Amino acid sequence: MATGTPAIDGSGASARFKRSRSRHLFEQLIGLSLFACAAVTVVTTVGIVAILLAEGLTFFTEISPLEFFTGTRWTPLFQSAGFGVLPLVNGTLIVALGASLVALPVGTLAAIYLSEYASPQIRSIIKPVLEVLAGIPTIVFGYFALTFITPFLKDTIFPEIGVFNALSGMIVVGIMTIPMVSSISDDSMRAVPQELREAAYGVGATKFEVVTRVTFPAALSGIVASYILAISRAIGETMAVTLAVGATPRMGFDILDSFQTMTAYIVNVSLGDTPQGTTEFRTIFAVALTLFAMTLLMNLISARVVQRYRERYE
Amino acid sequence: MADSTNSNGGVAVVDEQVADERDAAVGASSSGRDFRPTLGAAQIDQQEDTIEDVAVQIDDVGLWYGAKKAIEGVSLDVQRHEITALIGPSGCGKSTLLRCINRMNELIPGVRIEGQIRVDGDPLYGSDVDPVEVRRAVGMVFQKPNPFPKSIYENVAFGARINGYKGNMDELVERSLRQAALWDEVKDQLKESGLALSGGQQQRLCIARAIAVQPEVILMDEPCSALDPIATQRIEDLMQELAADYTIVIVTHNMQQAARVSNRTAFMLAEEDLVGRLVEYGRTDQLFTSPNDSRTEDYITGRFG
Repeated sequence: MATGTPAIDGSGASARFKRSRSRHLFEQLIGLSLFACAAVTVVTTVGIVAILLAEGLTFFTEISPLEFFTGTRWTPLFQSAGFGVLPLVNGTLIVALGASLVALPVGTLAAIYLSEYASPQIRSIIKPVLEVLAGIPTIVFGYFALTFITPFLKDTIFPEIGVFNALSGMIVVGIMTIPMVSSISDDSMRAVPQELREAAYGVGATKFEVVTRVTFPAALSGIVASYILAISRAIGETMAVTLAVGATPRMGFDILDSFQTMTAYIVNVSLGDTPQGTTEFRTIFAVALTLFAMTLLMNLISARVVQRYRERYE
Repeated sequence: MADSTNSNGGVAVVDEQVADERDAAVGASSSGRDFRPTLGAAQIDQQEDTIEDVAVQIDDVGLWYGAKKAIEGVSLDVQRHEITALIGPSGCGKSTLLRCINRMNELIPGVRIEGQIRVDGDPLYGSDVDPVEVRRAVGMVFQKPNPFPKSIYENVAFGARINGYKGNMDELVERSLRQAALWDEVKDQLKESGLALSGGQQQRLCIARAIAVQPEVILMDEPCSALDPIATQRIEDLMQELAADYTIVIVTHNMQQAARVSNRTAFMLAEEDLVGRLVEYGRTDQLFTSPNDSRTEDYITGRFG
């Protein structure tokens, strides 16, 4: 915050160059308030991690980590309490995997279209629409899954589908993350120098060959980064899956049935009547800590990939 | 059969004029007609200056970027297995003209081209002409070395692979790299990235990549402008060797380079209307020592540009 440089012998400034005290104060004030804003993010992060760790570690003094991470029965609120988190992880990963199966291919192909095939006019229409899609509140997607997708699936393909089911959750979370995949992939493909495309055209490549053999491979790191971010987003998604997938923690892969994701569990307990300060209540911190570790890992991987992507062309 | 040079004057959509252009082309290329600059008798060379074997025939070519006309009425014949240089100040349309010869300009939205260009008499423009096939016959080396972010080997093999080359790929890669005078420097690192090479080596890699497709014509768009003098020297030597097997058209900002390497030189200029036109075309020694047009003389003596 030191803005002034001391005069060599402390005095002797002529009136012309004399430092204005009020201006100096003002500059310092500006610097301080900007720092305060930046500090909020750091303090918040540290605070959240600290609370997660404190409550989570308290939980792990009551329930052994071994039981927590390997148990396959999650019934913390029942008489015969089971504290195995795997059913929740199972639900979360199933939804994330299914959502990826929707978002990654569709997002990638949309990005290829936008960056390589679309005319500027069409692009100028689709881009904003994708941004609107990205801006729709996730609770709306959950509602959409519950009131439209599930009934539609029941009437058409899967009559036996439950009111709450993983499949509709996968579809909406997938749709929700398409903009993330397409927008980052589009950016990274457009960042591929035009000279590379011309080089390929220059030896007689067709447009499809240019895209598949030059543009896409050259942008691959950015595209993979978008995948990881999208999966990470799908893992952390809350409201849509709470509404669509339901609240049945279970192992298995029957996607027509209800599951419970880690986030949905946290919602249920937070909104329920579980008394604070109990082991039952602290489960949400342990679950949140696990979730945090998972998404943090994904984000770290993505940061590595993006970094490699930056070093790409020279 | 009429002289094809001006048989389709005026602004015509390329597609519509293909049929008669092709008829004209057959006559023109088989007769091996004399080179006649379309710009007036004053420029017709006194010495032997005929093009016996026309590899590329540029016929009254004009080009628009949207509503803006960039070049107009350019006609010239390129002699087979020679180096032809296009020179002129910035914005004269020499690169634009060069990129017409392998239909590279069409990658830019809003470009419209009139006139016709033929390689061995075959028209390059027309509704039933595939630009992909054109570019396989007319290769290109760009201003900035642009190897793919792939291995040296894959860079050279790229064109052959997409063209379904059935022969021995290792041999083709070695032959192309030898022709590009790069083999000895890279033969032990073929699996390494092309981007790890120096600028001059990268440019020779790009030349190897272009010749691996076995084109007839190689276009070079200021291939040395990003290189140091020693690397430039090597590329120039290489061009002289390649001219034995390929017809080369080079755009250069550097008049000394044009004088050093080329057999023939075309001088282009965009005057007040900013539309590039061919001012003078002839043997390089002739054009540099006794130009016919005062504007050529002004340019080569450094009075502008």
